[in-house]
Amino acid sequence: MWTIFHRWASPPYFYRQSTRLLPWLSAICALLIIAGLIGGLILAPSDYQQGESYRIIYIHVPSAWMSLFIYMVMASSGAIALIWRIKLAEVMLVASAPIGASFTLLALLTGVLWGKPMWGAWWVWDARLTSELLLLFLYLGIIALYNAIDDKRRAASAIAVLALVGVVNIPIIHYSVQWWSTLHQGPTVTKFGAPSIYIGMLIPLLLMALGFMLFYAISVLLRARTELLAREAASRWVREMLEEA
Amino acid sequence: MASLSLTASFMQLLQRDLLLALRRRSELVSPLVFFVLVISLFTLGSGASATTLGMIAPGIFWVAALLAVLLGLEGIFRADFSDGSLEQLLLSGMPLSVLVLAKVTAHWLVTGLPLLLLAPLLSLMLRMHNDVVWVLMATLLLGTPVLSLVGAIGVALTVGLRQGGVLLAVLVLPLYAPILIFATQAVGFAADGLPVTAHLAILGACLAAALTLAPFAISAALRVGIN
Repeated sequence: MWTIFHRWASPPYFYRQSTRLLPWLSAICALLIIAGLIGGLILAPSDYQQGESYRIIYIHVPSAWMSLFIYMVMASSGAIALIWRIKLAEVMLVASAPIGASFTLLALLTGVLWGKPMWGAWWVWDARLTSELLLLFLYLGIIALYNAIDDKRRAASAIAVLALVGVVNIPIIHYSVQWWSTLHQGPTVTKFGAPSIYIGMLIPLLLMALGFMLFYAISVLLRARTELLAREAASRWVREMLEEA
Repeated sequence: MASLSLTASFMQLLQRDLLLALRRRSELVSPLVFFVLVISLFTLGSGASATTLGMIAPGIFWVAALLAVLLGLEGIFRADFSDGSLEQLLLSGMPLSVLVLAKVTAHWLVTGLPLLLLAPLLSLMLRMHNDVVWVLMATLLLGTPVLSLVGAIGVALTVGLRQGGVLLAVLVLPLYAPILIFATQAVGFAADGLPVTAHLAILGACLAAALTLAPFAISAALRVGIN
């Protein structure tokens, strides 16, 4: 187990293995997303209350899940980077930040689009919307801090600290906002009718969630590979690989 | 150097920082003036009718307090960083988290505490009820140290950077949101005559968590920032 971990932490090995992995990941991801879209947009029945416009959840919910998941990935790779000084964990952290911010923005925008027909307003200070907005600010802060520090290894350690501080705050922010909005709002917010969701709607949603997960894996691998090449441009394995190609 | 005990070094650093702060009195006063200014501007901008003020007074008060704390934050490490004494602290062999806690305590005593003392006066301007003022002061007492502690993490991360100010605000303000929510809600509840123990307990829990965890994050951030 540890040997696998150590091997993947070495940049040349990671680079070569990810070259082999990427086509497979892309194919599976495309299949999942196509299946999820067909299932969600065509096969799934329309909702008895929300009509057709509920179908935006097939984008909205997976991206909201991803926005939190990616933050967790960033915090754990930040911890790994700070404790064991593994370069690859730093690279993963740096590569994840813009993707996470994009998913957060996507979740917010789709939420806004869905809110207009459902709640009658583009923006409602609902607990989830607000905490998602604060999450976006956390992401933007991390990106801004990374760009402000010139020495990129130092910058990676700095955002690792910030990501860990943020991860302690996320539950506090979440509960504070939930408490705040439930006491101040109330009747304008209609949540998804029943907690149990019809199986024909659920399967496409899960397919989309898996597809988004793979999409994240692909894009983070691509970004991490570029970042690695840029960082290690002077090292031997990069030169050897270029000569082979 | 090694003969100094932990408490002694904590007290010495605290004394030194307080002394330095008292020698630069005008720097102490500016955040307070800013605080009063922001509150007056909010009141001017939203119309000073008693009903409006009653609704938004806790929010105004706390947002102004956040901004005033934010404005004074950079002072925690900036001067010590530029004259090199921060590096000496890192090299001193004492646990950095204790030293950092001393610096944050000194900072709170000169920025957070004056806000607390100004609160009764300003609450008169905002037409708050007497009982509410006590709750407001309790939230300030529990909340502003958290602001200083969490803010110090941001300052430690940005200490060597050119564009510190705006970046600091972007990093730190989202982390302040929970404190703002709990504190303003406590004041709002008190104004409606509802019990506020739960809110104060949560603020106290935030303070306990920040007091124990933040010094480690601050010292980790300082170590990253200064090689």
